[in-house]
Amino acid sequence: MHSRSLALLLLLAPVFPASADWPNFRGPRGTGIAEDGATGPAALTEETLAWSSDLPGRGLSSPIVVGDRVFLTCSSGPLQDRLHLICFAAADGKKLWHREYWATGRTMTHEKTCVAAPTPASDGKRVFAIYSSNDVFCTDLDGNLLWTRGLTYDYPNASNSLGMASSPVVIDDTFVAQIENDSESFAVGLDVLTGANKWKIDRPKAANWTSPVVVGPAGQEIVALQSSKGILGVVPSTGSEVWNYSEGAATMASSAAFGDIIYAPSNGLTAFKAASNGASVEQLWRQSEQRPGTGSPLVLGDKGYVINGAGVLNAIRLKDGERLWRIRLKGPFSSSPIATATHLYVFSEPGIGQCVDLTGAEGVVTSEVDLKETILGTPSLSGNAVYVRSDKHLWRFGK
Amino acid sequence: MRPRRVFLPAILFLTSVCLPQSALRAAPDGFDQALATLLAVGPEAKGNAEASAAWKVVASADSESLVPLLEAMGEANPLALNWIRSALETIVDRDLAAGKSPSIATLGGFLFEVTQNPRARRFAFELIQRSAPNAAEKLIPGLLNDPAVELRRDAVAWLTKQAADAKTAGDEAAAGLLYEQAIRAARDVDQIKELNATLTKMGRTVDLPRHFGFLMEWKVLAPFDNTGRAGFDTVYPPETGVQLEAKYPGKNGEIGWQDLVSADPYGMVDFNKLFPDLIKEVTGYAYTEFDSAEARPAELRLGCKNAWKIWVNGKLIFGRDEYHRGARIDQYRMPIDLQKGKNTILVKLCQNEQKETWTVEWQFQLRVCDSTGTAILARNRPPTPSPDAVAKQ
Repeated sequence: MHSRSLALLLLLAPVFPASADWPNFRGPRGTGIAEDGATGPAALTEETLAWSSDLPGRGLSSPIVVGDRVFLTCSSGPLQDRLHLICFAAADGKKLWHREYWATGRTMTHEKTCVAAPTPASDGKRVFAIYSSNDVFCTDLDGNLLWTRGLTYDYPNASNSLGMASSPVVIDDTFVAQIENDSESFAVGLDVLTGANKWKIDRPKAANWTSPVVVGPAGQEIVALQSSKGILGVVPSTGSEVWNYSEGAATMASSAAFGDIIYAPSNGLTAFKAASNGASVEQLWRQSEQRPGTGSPLVLGDKGYVINGAGVLNAIRLKDGERLWRIRLKGPFSSSPIATATHLYVFSEPGIGQCVDLTGAEGVVTSEVDLKETILGTPSLSGNAVYVRSDKHLWRFGK
Repeated sequence: MRPRRVFLPAILFLTSVCLPQSALRAAPDGFDQALATLLAVGPEAKGNAEASAAWKVVASADSESLVPLLEAMGEANPLALNWIRSALETIVDRDLAAGKSPSIATLGGFLFEVTQNPRARRFAFELIQRSAPNAAEKLIPGLLNDPAVELRRDAVAWLTKQAADAKTAGDEAAAGLLYEQAIRAARDVDQIKELNATLTKMGRTVDLPRHFGFLMEWKVLAPFDNTGRAGFDTVYPPETGVQLEAKYPGKNGEIGWQDLVSADPYGMVDFNKLFPDLIKEVTGYAYTEFDSAEARPAELRLGCKNAWKIWVNGKLIFGRDEYHRGARIDQYRMPIDLQKGKNTILVKLCQNEQKETWTVEWQFQLRVCDSTGTAILARNRPPTPSPDAVAKQ
């Protein structure tokens, strides 16, 4: 460990309220990084495996962590129409409760994915589970049902025959989801107390699997809704447009954001600044050769990290997007990387977990573990633990 | 009183299972009103705020309320089903944690009421599995012809295993009969495909189009224009009235209705067989008539990767403007009302501009069945076309 590098990383690392929660896809604000000084496990090895738990069905969704509990969704049945929401104890993987629902929307997906593709979200008091069928279930942390919506039941052409995968975010009292597809395409803000529409806006009629990210300081958050047309910034409580980046963007890899800067998979990788006061979008730089694969980029301190379609991890300088170093990982990857201030964790489709030390002049893969199962979901991070799932198991690394 | 089909031997068996039963306790105050509140939820969060409070009351009941809740599922819309299911799970989990098992005999009694909601009956079966797995195992063979597809599946799997065991033992004749019995009972596509593959290897033929109720013989009118995907919303003449002898200006000249007969075992109606140049940005129509023996509710089930609309007896049932995202049997389920005698079915099928190899399909598969997936066959259904005969045409 280079102490000077570590000190610099810690200095540049964002400061957020202390919390061990990983409340939605790619963590707090969808950045992919631990914002609370979490250390993660020192390595991904059989020795650092704390526990594994069996799962009742398939899934690509990530685990989320709230306090001492881990929440995860699965789908099962010959038509994948049985929807599961399960709560595990973070400490030992014991199943605390398990709820099952029936899909009210269509459940067809490409065979590689399944109905439990979107990651649930939490506001710390409630869990919001959404599935490819566009069913949403809100429970308290003990599994008591608070409300449910069937967004395809309500809007019958809202579906994608390949499957939906966009993961929602919760900001204050609004649950925001992108239900975007070739037909009845929209984004919606639901009241966290009742599930009622606070707003619903039309979105481009095109398949889209990206997830919203949160931009801006606390109290002035903007939700960035990405699609093939670009990225639209909206007020989370009203859905009102604040700014619009219209130069196109990826439909699988989502953006990363830090402060008021968005690093978007658009024409390669594009950084732009979008103020919350309605000011115009200002492009900072564009690097056409930096093309995220299926996984999303992440930003950490003064660097960004992009895994391209060839499985090469690129570190870039955030101020101008110039590449600093690159290393080839063992791919291919469907999931996104996550990181602490010092380590990046990523899991390949064949199930190879790789831990990359970020503290040196170049990244170094310092440990690997072979889970011997297909991994398509993005891992999650809380405290000293990394959680990752397959169709059959949920694992925790970090004892 | 609802008609009941009670399997007495099964009930006697269930009552013989020695399990502790929950202590009886009256339903909590306001239970009936709370349950009514759950049943009243509707689209766009209608009733959610009230249901959230009512759910707590319902979920505070104990196992004595299981059957009333299961019965209420028969009156529930898909949203209310999940509210009630979640309350049931909460009750069961709490009681099991306290060492109280639900009454297996009571659950069994509900299970064999075939008019109850299929998902409620499946829930009851899985509760029996959870509390008394050996008892549940013994019930499975009796579910082979159950009207609930959710229950039939286990019995089909069980019978398929019997057939495989017979085959392994060298009794091909018995195996063949058992496989045939299994496929007749099967409603899930994956099981049907697997059983058909096995039977085909054994030299036995299954009339799959008839089993599913696929509509095989059509009149087709195409191509109209779909440039810029505008054809989906364009009202071409068949939408205002089908005249099978008429000629129309099409995209590339005058067009008229043509015969198109499918020989596909899964009922695929392929427009490209009439237009082998794989034309793009076109719209077409397929028309057929279905002679129903009675007026009855039914389902149209469609598999299609093109944009489409469907009319039954001139009424638009549903439409969807999605292209080339995939198709499967029963991808779309649409409830309809068949009238006694002639029913007209019109399908609009749009092909878009994409050029990739996976976008050449211009086809659909459509069947008529009941809500369990059991085929409803038209009185005028012709014999299933043979591939050879269709090829000669």
